[in-house]
Amino acid sequence: MTITRHDHAPGDAEEASGAHSTRSTLIIYLTGLFLAVVLTATSFWVANTSILWSTGVPLGLSVLAIAQMGIHLVFFLHITTGPDDTNNVLALAFGILIVILVVAGSLWIMTDLNQNMVLPAELMDLHMQH
Amino acid sequence: MSLLGKLSWDAIPLDQPIVMGVSFVMVLVIASILGWITLKGHWSYLWGEWLTSVDHKRIGIMYVILALIMLLRGFADALMMRAQQAVAAGDAQGYLPPEHFDQIFSAHGTIMIFFVAMPFVIGLMNFVVPLQLGVRDMAFPTLNSIGLGLTASGILLTNISLVVGEFAKTGWVAYPPLSELQFSPGVGVDYYLWALQISGVGTLMTGVNFVTTILKTRAPGMSYMRMPVFCWTALASNLLIVAAFPVLTATFAMLLLDRYLDFHFFTIDGQGNAMMYVNLFWVWGHPEVYILILPAFGVFSEVVSTFSGKALFGYRSMVAATLVICVLSFVVWLHHFFTMGASANVNGFFGVMTMIIAVPTGVKVFNWLFTMYGGRVRFEVPILWSVGFMVTFVIGGMTGVLMAVPPADFQLHNSLFLVAHFHNVIIGGVVFGVMAGYNYWFPKAFGFKLDERWGVASFWCWLIGFYLAFMPLYALGLMGMTRRMQHYDVVSWQPWLVAAAAGAVVILAGIVCQIIQLVVSIRARETLKVTADPWNGRTLEWVAASPPPAWNFATLPVVTDIDAFWQQKKEAHIEHAPAAQSSGYELIEMPKNSAIGFVTAFLAVVVGFAMIWHIWWMAALGALGIFLTTLAFAFREKEEIEISVEEIARFEEMQHAEVVA
Repeated sequence: MTITRHDHAPGDAEEASGAHSTRSTLIIYLTGLFLAVVLTATSFWVANTSILWSTGVPLGLSVLAIAQMGIHLVFFLHITTGPDDTNNVLALAFGILIVILVVAGSLWIMTDLNQNMVLPAELMDLHMQH
Repeated sequence: MSLLGKLSWDAIPLDQPIVMGVSFVMVLVIASILGWITLKGHWSYLWGEWLTSVDHKRIGIMYVILALIMLLRGFADALMMRAQQAVAAGDAQGYLPPEHFDQIFSAHGTIMIFFVAMPFVIGLMNFVVPLQLGVRDMAFPTLNSIGLGLTASGILLTNISLVVGEFAKTGWVAYPPLSELQFSPGVGVDYYLWALQISGVGTLMTGVNFVTTILKTRAPGMSYMRMPVFCWTALASNLLIVAAFPVLTATFAMLLLDRYLDFHFFTIDGQGNAMMYVNLFWVWGHPEVYILILPAFGVFSEVVSTFSGKALFGYRSMVAATLVICVLSFVVWLHHFFTMGASANVNGFFGVMTMIIAVPTGVKVFNWLFTMYGGRVRFEVPILWSVGFMVTFVIGGMTGVLMAVPPADFQLHNSLFLVAHFHNVIIGGVVFGVMAGYNYWFPKAFGFKLDERWGVASFWCWLIGFYLAFMPLYALGLMGMTRRMQHYDVVSWQPWLVAAAAGAVVILAGIVCQIIQLVVSIRARETLKVTADPWNGRTLEWVAASPPPAWNFATLPVVTDIDAFWQQKKEAHIEHAPAAQSSGYELIEMPKNSAIGFVTAFLAVVVGFAMIWHIWWMAALGALGIFLTTLAFAFREKEEIEISVEEIARFEEMQHAEVVA
């Protein structure tokens, strides 16, 4: 059984800001902004260019989008691997897990239903039955 | 378009004597209560100490009061349905016309889930969790007050629908296409949607608040594996709230767009797909049942351990089971619609997952049994509810596993067997759980115990009444009776339904016993008075005074073990010195009361009502009001009040004197 690390309550940022000066915080934000802008610009370029193999474009855009999320999480939402951040990382992991379960599950269910439930047109018209 | 939208005098059902009678009584009761408050001059107390309070204990108590009031409303609906089905056999049509019967079963389901079970569970968590964590308040006290306010708004809108207009006739799930404008042109579905949207936002706020509180604010030394099991279940339940309620809000938002702005998410024409609503509704709906039952499991864990005088058996397995349920609850939702047309692969997967989720629940049941085994069990009211729960819930769980088999479900879907099953787990699980919690923590909240004899009577009435009311429904379901029937042709069903109606009357006796229990206990409060620790408790809430002061703990407790208070008592016993502290207190800052919760709630009712009746200018004004209220709150200068050292010392001395006397 381990001794608790005393978590910081929201708003108790004083101690932390002592370690990170305003200057280094600014640099972190600027780096994030730069990377985000680069990724955004690249996505626009990828979408409009004809240099790339066109079938690969959606895949490339997905990769860029995921990278963009990563940048936001790390530089703006400060999700790091530091010991103070376990809660945030776990919460994020839980959120991602649930979103995957819900989205993948719904897609699977709805596709399956669509395949199973192709109705003749006259049955689809409930106006007649009202 | 008129200034009042669709609203006119036709909205008030003057031609329906039952509705008008009930409304008249309701208005009379409210008016007399308000009159009594005015006469006694309690308004400033009520406003200053309760309505604007941001104290988690007061907010918790108000949630429970809301739940108890709505229990009466929802139960009245149940009695009416049971009475109708007991008489409407063969050619008889009973006393309720179909459109009224439809509203009653829709309102019953909506009220019991959203406005009884939810507020009761959230109320208990609100009261207990910060005390068990050994802290002074929630992470966001004012947000807590807004959450309460929005829940109350939803409740008020639902009750207004009784008098002005109508309620949904679609069942509590409001499936399209029936709930679309084409088939439900009235305001009933709009009442349903806006009431649940508003209270849903409140619930989400509460969920965020609890997750933050439990993860971020705990007494020194309380690591995760030292948290009481109730806190663990509260954490899991609120994680589910945060994950699931946005799905419900989004789904309802899409249905609202369909109804208000001619969208085609779930319509029959325009490429809409009603099955998507069913899918999304249950993406929320299945976690919702675990949102309700997990805190009840937590209550049973505390109660069983306390009244057996033993540490909980298998604490770690209990925590693990809770978290496994938390995740698995998101992969079983299709079992609510096995019959919608999915293939065997899909049905098979969700059927198997449904059976698997019964395993961690089974682990919990064995843990409670082993906790009691070899313990000196004191059979007081809370543990009666717990034992009643264990027997009843296992039966309900087994019928659930039975229905998890898709071919069996094809026979039982939408039959009274299903109705019996979910009442079996919700009454036998959630209701028994909150009743156990209510009896267990009442002395902590008010400083006196509830009368034991009436409590025991109430328990037995509920238990016997439950079996009498719902076991016949299992039989009827197997005989082929479907749910929501206003009348039926098969005369041989009638004896079973008469028995079920008798069961409902026995439950009514249980509720009456509870009301008497409350009245008797309040009148005998001097003799029933208790100290901080009436049950020989194990967790930190029993360290604080009964009732606890606004600041809960004069000095924050230091935690060294799972059952923190039990450990303290053991050590104090060895040293023979409970060491009454008389000095060394520090100034405590507590959040200042705020009217924002009440004002926002009032304005939310205005917005909801205006949207239901298409009174656009009023909705805009209400929304602007909410924005301005929030703005004003953001600019307030004084956020905290200070509790002086003298005040704390005086309170502690008084407590100490009482204990000695």
